[in-house]
Order: sequence, then structure tokens, then C-alpha cells
Amino acid sequence: MSATRRITYREAVREALREALLRDPRVFLMGEDVGRYGGSYACSSGLLAEFGEERIRDTPLSESGFVGAGIGAAIGGMRPIVEVMTVNFSLLALDQIVNNAATVRHMSGGQIAVPVVIRMATGAGRQLAAQHSHSLECWYAHVPGIRAVAPATVADARGMLWTALQEPNPVVIFEHATLYNDEGEVPGEGELAVDIDRAAVRRAGDDLSLITYGGSLKKALAAADALAGERIGCEVIDLRTLRPLDEETILASVRRTHRALIVDEGWRSGSLAGEIAARIAEEAFFDLDAPVRRVCSAEVPIPYPRHLEEAATPQVDGIVAAARGLVRR
Amino acid sequence: MTAPEPHKVRVTREHARELLRQMILVRRFEEACIELYGAQKIRGFLHLYIGEEANAVGVMQALTPDDAIVATYREHGHALIRGIPPTAVMAEMFGKATGCSRGRGGSMHLFDVSRRFYGGNAIVGGGLPLAVGLALADKLRGLARVTCCIFGEGAAAEGEFHESLNLAALWKLPVLFVCENNRYAMGTAIERSESVPDIRRHAEAYGIVAEEVDGMNVVDVEVAARRAAEAVRAGDGPRFLENHTYRFRAHSMFDPDLYRDKAEVEAWKQRGPVVRFTQWVLDTNTLHRADIDAIETEVAQTIADAVAFAEASPLEPVEDLLRDVYAPRPAAPGAPAS
Ligand SMILES: Cc1ncc(C[n+]2csc(CCOP(=O)(O)OP(=O)(O)O)c2C)c(N)n1
Ligand SMILES: [Mg+2]
Repeated sequence: MSATRRITYREAVREALREALLRDPRVFLMGEDVGRYGGSYACSSGLLAEFGEERIRDTPLSESGFVGAGIGAAIGGMRPIVEVMTVNFSLLALDQIVNNAATVRHMSGGQIAVPVVIRMATGAGRQLAAQHSHSLECWYAHVPGIRAVAPATVADARGMLWTALQEPNPVVIFEHATLYNDEGEVPGEGELAVDIDRAAVRRAGDDLSLITYGGSLKKALAAADALAGERIGCEVIDLRTLRPLDEETILASVRRTHRALIVDEGWRSGSLAGEIAARIAEEAFFDLDAPVRRVCSAEVPIPYPRHLEEAATPQVDGIVAAARGLVRR
Repeated sequence: MTAPEPHKVRVTREHARELLRQMILVRRFEEACIELYGAQKIRGFLHLYIGEEANAVGVMQALTPDDAIVATYREHGHALIRGIPPTAVMAEMFGKATGCSRGRGGSMHLFDVSRRFYGGNAIVGGGLPLAVGLALADKLRGLARVTCCIFGEGAAAEGEFHESLNLAALWKLPVLFVCENNRYAMGTAIERSESVPDIRRHAEAYGIVAEEVDGMNVVDVEVAARRAAEAVRAGDGPRFLENHTYRFRAHSMFDPDLYRDKAEVEAWKQRGPVVRFTQWVLDTNTLHRADIDAIETEVAQTIADAVAFAEASPLEPVEDLLRDVYAPRPAAPGAPAS
């Protein structure tokens, strides 16, 4: 195996975009400020100079229009990567994604494929208040016809895009906004694409399954570290794909540990965490030694002040406390 | 559709002093925010209004306390000139419980319904439908009030802009649309985002009387806003102002500002609303150096007081996290008579 490299999540996204543009002439990137500005999270800086305006397309503030155009271009034979600044703004394009991208294959009796990739930032943690901080991944994961993925590691940020581009179906990629500056390992060379069908076990353990995704993974891992000091072994599962869920990996882990704690930055009611809990209850109820628990966001629009934002969203302390409660009952 | 002939206003000494004081207040407030952001007292996104002061100041002269305002995330200036106390605005940016939105909103979400200031909207274009609805309520209730909706030229590309203009015109609603065209939406120049960069022509396409205004000249803005607000108040339906202006600073504190020519920024600074009006009041002997010094002293004190107030104010207790998600139900009505 070749040596690994350490790069940031942002660099991983940029490398992945660049590679896709180099490898497939049908690929182009489009979104608000992806060109001149270099992307609102600087993920595409330098790409305009290298690939030109045809393939690095700055769009007006027209989310419904350009996301829909990406869907149309995918139907028309291209491989668009559409960037939406954040999941909150993607609501302006929800109609195109849910009513067009997700449905045309089925409505046309299987005649049409929609190989579009839509990337967007998500999540809280930067004191941006209630119109910039929500975690609405679950809304997309609710919809048949869409694949939803959440790269939580630098390697996944590097690899998932290419895999997503090979999909004949619309893929929505959620990048948690607190991850861009994080560093991590990626393979030095060779095939960087990664599987997007399976969840990943990020840490093995016997006492408890900690199931999470996206921006919450690092919090879950930190909690697992703390709990290891108390001799509580956590198996940390990174979902990676939010739809379709890798039920097999989740259930196999829970059947071994007999306890499940789900960490999800979405609001508890109607959350992905709720769906996972239901599947565990349906399929592994008799393997459980304790009720399934969840650490989710409080049912409040994300507030601006730091102390309230932290109180509203999953934190390491809360995960540790919930895990203790589960194991020592 | 042609705009009415511009008419001259006589700017009295008192009024000139007030216009200048308001612009200086906004300018110095924003400068204080830059420092406080560096000191990490203000967090999140911070969008400054430096260079655009003449717009908020000019437009607010035309509004009465009964009128409503809907603004964007670049709204500190509008909030201050509308009369939200600088203490409450600054405390909001500090995330304190004494802030005008109880600290829940921060810089991008200033609200004060007692002054009919309906935010602080950070979804581009998101304020326009809201303004149309406020105006619809006034029309249905028979109230002769204006809803003033302020937004950047970037919003003109959103569907909500077009839907709102059409609705307002179709239903003859009392909305004064004010587009603060500062030529850039983040890093995107208007020529690169609009097939027809004259924003007012979009309004005209919906049958709305629209006017171009020099948004670097506070008197021009006031004159145009008074004329437009008068027409709206009289029941003529919506009006539209396209104010040509420029932001001297980056889009937000996160923006490295690499997409504009420094010479371009400098050229606009030469036409800055504060320097230009200051020059005018001095040249015409309307005000004297001493008057301006007195304004600066007064404003410095106001801002020092606001910062001290924000510093000293308490944070909301964490136990209150879930408040203000739903309004409490009014007392239960009696059972329907059978
Ligand atoms: C629907 C939506 N899309 C994108 C953004 C991100 N964004 C915030 S401000 C901005 C630029 C807006 O420019 P403009 O309307 O001209 O206002 P200005 O900032 O120049 O005052 C963008 C792209 C947003 N807040 N909302
Ligand atoms: Mg603008």
C-alpha cells in the first residue's frame, strides 16, 4: 500500500472536483460563486482558471432555476455537479429535486435516468442562526428516487464524489460546514473512489453501538474515547449513506452490543435517528438489553448565541451521559 | 413607464445636520463592529453597510412610524435609523438577552415589531413575499400604510422577486420596493448574473413605476423615497427604487474580496456618501467643522454606551432554550353555544 497523505476536508472536495473534471468531459460544476469567488466554502478555488467558464459556471441567485437546470442537463447527457451553498437555501430548489429529479424515472416508466450530483453544506456550529444552520438531510433521505450521502471523513470527501458521479440516479451530498478545515488521511495514489453503499465501522467496541453520520461523527468518536476510559466500549458506526440505509451493518452491530445510541443533528421528531430506532426495534428487538436512545437537536430553530447553539445541538458531554445511562441501567 | 421629474428639496441646516448625524452613526457603528468581530464579541456572519449609508438614511426619512420595514442580513443601518436603540442592536450582535431579538438572531436577524421592523431576513429574496403580505393585510384592513421592502440586486435573480412584484402590482398593494444595487452579490458582479442588468426594467415589466436613484447621495435618495412613498400611501399600488450604490468592505468578514479591482473600490470611495455630503454641507456653509466635530463626539458616546450596555448585559439562561418556538395559545374560548 502506498503512503497516505494528510489534507483538509476542503482540499479533499477540491481534489475530487478537479479529478472528476479531468476524467469525464461531461462533468461540469455549477452554483453560486463557485467560479470567481472560489466557492462560499472555498472548495472550488482555482478551478475556474484551470477549466474555464463553460465548466465552472457561476450562477445567479436562482436555486430553483440552476438546480433544475442541472437535473435537465443530466437528463440531456451531461454529468453536472451542482453546488448549493447550504441546505437551508436548497429549500428554494426542493421542488426541482423532489418533484423532478426523484420522480421522472418512475413517472416515465423507466425511460429517463437523472445522473445529477447535488452538493450542499449543512449543519450548525458556526453561530449563523436559524436560516443557515439546520440539518435537513432527513428531508431528502425521506424521498424514494434520491440517494443521500454524508461524507464524514476526509477520505470520504475525497472519494464519494466520483462514486456518486457513476450513479445513474440523483445523489445529494451533504458536507457538514464544521468539517471543511479538518485534516485527515487519504490514500497516496491509486483508486480513491469509495463505496457509497455501506456504512463504516469507525471504531470497534462491544458494549454499545454509537450510530451517527456527518458532522456528528467526530463528536461520537470523542465520546467513545472518553467512555473507553470508563471501560465502556463503543462501536462507532458512520452511516455514510442516509438513503438507502445500510441496515445490515447497523443490525449486525446492535446484535453484538445489545445497545444502541443514535446521534443525529437533525431535530428528534421525524428524524433519521427515529427511522433507525424503528428499524432496530423492528428487526433486533429481542437482541436489545436496553431501549434505543437518541441524542438529537433540541426542537428549536438554531439560536445565534454560542451557549444556546451548543445546548441545542448534540455535544460530546451529552453523548457520554446518554451512553452511560444506557450501559449502567 | 417614466419616472416623475425630480424636484429640488430645500435642505435646512437642521435637516442637513440630522442626515449627516445618521450617516455618521451608521458608519461609526459598523466600524465598531469590525473591531468587536476581531475581539470575537460578535460572531457568525457580519455584513457591513459601509458605503451604502445614504440609502437607509434617505429612505427612512420618507417613512412614518406606522409604516413597516422588511430588510436583509445587511440591515444594521436600517435598524438604527429606524430608531431601534443602538444598545439593543449591539446587544443583539453580542447574543445577549437584552438584544432587540433577545439575542436569538444576531447580526442578520434584527427585529423590533414595536417599530414595525420585520427583520433581518438572511434568505436572499425571502423578505419580498413577506412584505407583499404585510401590505396585503394593510389593504384588507383599510390602513393607509407603506411596507418598505429593502433588498440587494442579487435578489432580482430569485423567483420570489418576480412572484412578489407581480403579486404587488396585480393587487395594487402598498409596497415600496427598494433595491440597493451595490453591483455585487458576494463575488458575482451584476453583469455576470443578470441578462438585463437594469433592475428597474424588471419592475417596469410588471407595470410598476420604477426610478433609478444615486444611492451615494442622501438627498437624492430622500427625494425619490418621499415621492415614491407618497404615491404608495395614496393607493397607487407599489413603487420601485433602484439605488445605485457600492459596499466599500467585503461581502462579509469571511470574504477575502478578491473578485473586484482595487481601483474600482477606490473610485467609489471617492464618491462616498459621507465624504460627499460632508463636503457639500461645508462648501455651502450649511454646517461648519465644529458642527461635524460635535456630531462625531455625540456618536462616539452613543456607540461607547451601546458597547458597554452589550458587555454588561446577561446571556439568556440555557433553561430558556425552548422558549419562543410557539406562541402561547390565547385563553380558551368558551364552549360553543349548543
Ligand atoms: C437563497 C439564498 N441563496 C444564497 C445565499 C447566500 N448569500 C447570502 S448574501 C448573498 C449575496 C446577495 O447579494 P445581494 O442580494 O446583491 O445583496 P448584498 O449582499 O450585495 O447586499 C448570497 C449569495 C442566501 N443567503 N440565500
Ligand atoms: Mg449586492
